[in-house]
Amino acid sequence: MTAIQANGLVRCFGDLRAVDGIDLEVAEGEIYGFLGPNGAGKSTLVRMLCTLLLPTSGSAQVAGFDLVAQANELRFAIGVALQDAALDDRMTGLEILQTQGRLFGLRSTEINQRIQELAPILDMSALKALVSTYSGGMKRRLDLAASLMHSPSVLFLDEPTTGLDPQGRLRVWEEVRRLNRELGMTVFLTTQYLEEADELCNRIGIINNGKLVAEGSPAQLKRSVGIDVVVARLESGHDNASDALAGIDSVQSVERHGDELIIGTSDGSRALSPIALAFGRVDVPVIELALRTPTLDDVFLEITGNRMEEVDL
Amino acid sequence: MMSTPETNPAKQRVIVARPTGFLRDVLSIAIRSVRQLPRDLEAVIPALIIPLFFLVINVGSLQDVANFTAIEIDYKAFQLPVAIIFAVTGVSRAPALVLDIQNGYFDRLMLTPVSRRALLIGHIVADFALVVLLVMPVLVFGFIIGIRFPTGPFGVVTFIVMGALWGVAYTGFPYAIALRTGNPGAVNSSFLLFFPFAFITSAFVPIEAMTGWLGAAAHYNPVTYLLEGLRSLFLEWDAWALGKSLLAITGVGLLSQTFAFAALKRRVARG
Repeated sequence: MTAIQANGLVRCFGDLRAVDGIDLEVAEGEIYGFLGPNGAGKSTLVRMLCTLLLPTSGSAQVAGFDLVAQANELRFAIGVALQDAALDDRMTGLEILQTQGRLFGLRSTEINQRIQELAPILDMSALKALVSTYSGGMKRRLDLAASLMHSPSVLFLDEPTTGLDPQGRLRVWEEVRRLNRELGMTVFLTTQYLEEADELCNRIGIINNGKLVAEGSPAQLKRSVGIDVVVARLESGHDNASDALAGIDSVQSVERHGDELIIGTSDGSRALSPIALAFGRVDVPVIELALRTPTLDDVFLEITGNRMEEVDL
Repeated sequence: MMSTPETNPAKQRVIVARPTGFLRDVLSIAIRSVRQLPRDLEAVIPALIIPLFFLVINVGSLQDVANFTAIEIDYKAFQLPVAIIFAVTGVSRAPALVLDIQNGYFDRLMLTPVSRRALLIGHIVADFALVVLLVMPVLVFGFIIGIRFPTGPFGVVTFIVMGALWGVAYTGFPYAIALRTGNPGAVNSSFLLFFPFAFITSAFVPIEAMTGWLGAAAHYNPVTYLLEGLRSLFLEWDAWALGKSLLAITGVGLLSQTFAFAALKRRVARG
């Protein structure tokens, strides 16, 4: 069964088309990642799919419910952790979970049971403390736990690890995997971290300027770039080093990032020697020459013409 | 009745969400709002001090002047309803609601199936509890300085309930501003609305003793009739005065809550 289906979803703010005709199909039990830079339309799409915003046009169903006509039924089926932890600092963690449980019709014993089940992601010793005393990571995890109180079948996570330290990020990843593996929960997450999308997601959609520009498994997307990448780290001060590569047939593209040259080539292993020799001929000292497979950042570059971090700036 | 999509493992869990009903939604929001009261003392303490301050100052400075007017009751009793109005007017959980909007918790509530009207009514229920609490110290102070109710204990209860109803009736204005603007500064400045309500009235002398434009304006101020109703409880049961008082509360309540619910509708619209 399809957990999320969107057809031509559009959301405008004045003249701006923040989401511009997105078609989407996410299978039940899938972890689907929406990858894109800030302002690409990720959060707007999530806010539509979780009933906070109406689409300007198009339609969508989540867990079988239409997001316009059956919004209230849909809310029973979804859990949502928004980009900024939506918590009240003047409540304790326990009060937030209890209020959340009550609003979803859980009885006191059920609320207590759910809190015990969610213990792995909660800081149980801090549950009776005011949220204002929590660290950023503790708030994120409490927000995630609150969104899981009613055992939703589809979980939306809008940039769930932004602002977390590496340890906190790993903890959230592990919980997402566990929810998916043990409960079969469908997870739709947005992220601007390539590594996160690569690590967690069965499939990835790349969004740019409100449009879905590519979709597939991480491996499929990387293969779609169709090239290997040779990274050459040079001593500084050799601004014209890329000119030395002009005569090498297998070199398809050269891009400079500081002291690094990112060289796209159809056959990385065969191109390594000619590249090394070319630098030697023009006396450009090479500190490191490495061959790697394409990353999602390369995919993003190939599709949009920009690197993720460049668009963020 | 909800239709159920095809089964998936997450839905086979023992604990499942279920519709709650409007009253339970109101109760859940009200419980949360009341729980926060002791954590928002800075919003409550001025409402405890200001009415006592005005009661002491008004009685001390105006009692002798008032003797020249046709006041039928002791001036301390004449001023007690004014102190009650000062205690309960404009006191609400609207600043807390603005914080909810600003910190995103309002969005979290919107992601639940809670009745949207319960988001406001729950706070208003908490306000009723708050204003009853605020009336008490003023009333106790009144007893200490010798004010008595010839209408007996039921008169005291009527006094408290009417004061609390007025407080709740007025809350629609700060809620409307909170929901419309989401701005704490705007909510704090909503007390400016309170000045014409409180001062262009028979707060200091009976309406009969007021002349010129002030007297004319006071005739149209619902608080004048509220004060008359409350003051009547220091004489004898007066159904006509109490009826006009309740009518004034109802009129202001309908007006302010219409604004508040219109603002709520706009705030929860998904447009």
